[in-house]
Amino acid sequence: MAMPVSYYLRTSKMPHIWCAGCGHGIVLGAVLRAIDSLGLDKDQVCVVSGIGCASRAPGYLDFNTLHTTHGRAIAFATGIKMVKPEMKVIVLTGDGDAAAIGGNHLIHAARRNIGIATVCFNNSIYGMTNGQYSPMTPTGSYASTAPYGNIEEPFDLCDLVYAAGASYVARGSAYHAILLWKLIAKAIATDGFSFVEAITQCPTYYGRRNKMRSAVEMLKWQKEHGVTVAGAAKMPAEDLAGKFRIGELGARTRPEYTRRYAAIIDAAQRGEGGERDA
Amino acid sequence: MPSKAGARLMQGNEACAEGAMAAGLRFFAGYPITPSTEIAEELALLLPKAGGKFIQMEDEIASISAIIGASLAGAKAMTATSGPGFSLKQEGIGFASYTEVPCVIVNVQRVGPSTGVPTAPAQGDVMQARWGTHGDHPIVVLCPSSVAETFALIIEAFNISERWRMPVVFLMDEVVAHMREKVTVPDVSQIAVAERPRPQVSPEQYLPYAAGEDLVPPMADYGTGYRYHVTGLTHDQTGFPTTKRIEVDALTRRLDAKMRMAAPHVTFVDEILVDDAEVVVFAYGITARAASRAVRDARAQGLKAGLIKAKTLWPFPDEHVRKAAERARAIVVPEMNMGQLVREVERAAAGRARVVGLSRVDAEPITPDEILARLREV
Ligand SMILES: Cc1ncc(C[n+]2csc(CCOP(=O)(O)OP(=O)(O)O)c2C)c(N)n1
Repeated sequence: MAMPVSYYLRTSKMPHIWCAGCGHGIVLGAVLRAIDSLGLDKDQVCVVSGIGCASRAPGYLDFNTLHTTHGRAIAFATGIKMVKPEMKVIVLTGDGDAAAIGGNHLIHAARRNIGIATVCFNNSIYGMTNGQYSPMTPTGSYASTAPYGNIEEPFDLCDLVYAAGASYVARGSAYHAILLWKLIAKAIATDGFSFVEAITQCPTYYGRRNKMRSAVEMLKWQKEHGVTVAGAAKMPAEDLAGKFRIGELGARTRPEYTRRYAAIIDAAQRGEGGERDA
Repeated sequence: MPSKAGARLMQGNEACAEGAMAAGLRFFAGYPITPSTEIAEELALLLPKAGGKFIQMEDEIASISAIIGASLAGAKAMTATSGPGFSLKQEGIGFASYTEVPCVIVNVQRVGPSTGVPTAPAQGDVMQARWGTHGDHPIVVLCPSSVAETFALIIEAFNISERWRMPVVFLMDEVVAHMREKVTVPDVSQIAVAERPRPQVSPEQYLPYAAGEDLVPPMADYGTGYRYHVTGLTHDQTGFPTTKRIEVDALTRRLDAKMRMAAPHVTFVDEILVDDAEVVVFAYGITARAASRAVRDARAQGLKAGLIKAKTLWPFPDEHVRKAAERARAIVVPEMNMGQLVREVERAAAGRARVVGLSRVDAEPITPDEILARLREV
């Protein structure tokens, strides 16, 4: 295909709300390149988000788009996917949106293995509300609500979602933008629940408080701390401390939820099963 | 695919599920809670037979979210819950109201607040149904008083929701939900079913929140070529966020005006012996059944009593109360709460008649004798 990224943008809705140096635009670019590489029909793509800086992305995209309530994007997307299983349903979410208020929906969608591709823009902070700590803020980092340093441990979101039952999980970063695009393309092509964690930078609220004053510094941090899955396998555990694994972290074939439900419809319409009290 | 025409013994919750199917329900998402659970159980069975979809979500917030998504994808959608679950759904109801996504929310009232008495009836959610979500918003609330009425009224709930693009709250109570009564299911051809207005213009010309004379913007299903944006942020006619004062103002005012325009079409009230009544009962839900008996007994004793049975609680049926207040000396408002709609009755009566409440909050329905005694006092 190879359409320019602008083909998928509602350019009339620009300028966007993101700060200078924010990594969300790079992640969004990877999403659009992924969609383009799959040659998807714009009419058959639905992009759903929650609330936050990342969740403002769908407003700029020329698809069927839905900007919902904080944390609930996956639940809204579940209704859409069930009614229109033939559509590609993609959720764009922040780390707070996906892992805090929306954490329950995330693991249950993974458990059902419903065909929704979720991309989590992980900037380690609540950007929209000016820099409070999130469930993905590293221990010891500073945030407006962790002025003495964060004493909580972050999730490994990919491990969590895979353990819950997803068909595909992967991690990339704004620095590793081309890898990220390939991973997102695989996620969207997955027949089941897929999840890509995109490590991205928030110089305004995370960087400033954590001695990384510029986006460039933060991108360098991503470059230096991202370790490929193959590389990580060869490294001693102590060298991996503070680093994050990038690449495909889990892929398996499991029945997709709406296909299973289609079988229920077939059976019910043939008059099989459906006893009130067996 | 409604069930076969003819008379049947049905439970209230079953009638709710059957009526919803007759109205064209194609998607249900819910989370089990007494005393509403039978609605979900029934629909888990019925929906796939009709090619529809049922899902038990992880909680009530997920359920309201899923039905809004389903509705945007083009399906008539519903969720059902009770007290605690209704509280959880409030943010989603506000989203549906502001984005004008048709959907039906059933709340089978039980004793509250909090967990209360899960198996016992109450009418404590009348104000929450109206004002439970934050922000100024229109909403329609319907309330059946019998099993047969449940079947007929849930069809109206869908028709209103689709026709006017607004969430409709269907406020049942534990007694109506769990009792069994005769329902005469009409033939499919006799059931009027409304569809949401869909765009008559090309995708290029489509303005998703531009409304015509009826103030209802046509709604495209996702996946049909109209690639538009839906947001809970305040939006302009194009559907995109705005903070311009004139547009913020215009949206809230249009939604309010739409509700006023819809009001005569969504107001269902039965007046029984009200014309010459000296004393009138205003009642709804199971309490209206007791009230109707009380009115008959009063008449037998020579007291000219009448009943206003409200099946639409919101928008509040002002006109019916106003007219009754002109003739009657008093209006009695029995409610299974500490007095919620009585204040609306008072407002609508505007001093023309005395308005007297009657509260019962001990987890038992109000009896005809209690209402009769109050009628004799006033
Ligand atoms: C129910 C609810 N609670 C809280 C908020 C306030 N809020 C808006 S965005 C946000 C956090 C967003 O952070 P994240 O998901 O990490 O996305 P980012 O802005 O960093 O991209 C919060 C707490 C809200 N809008 N709704």
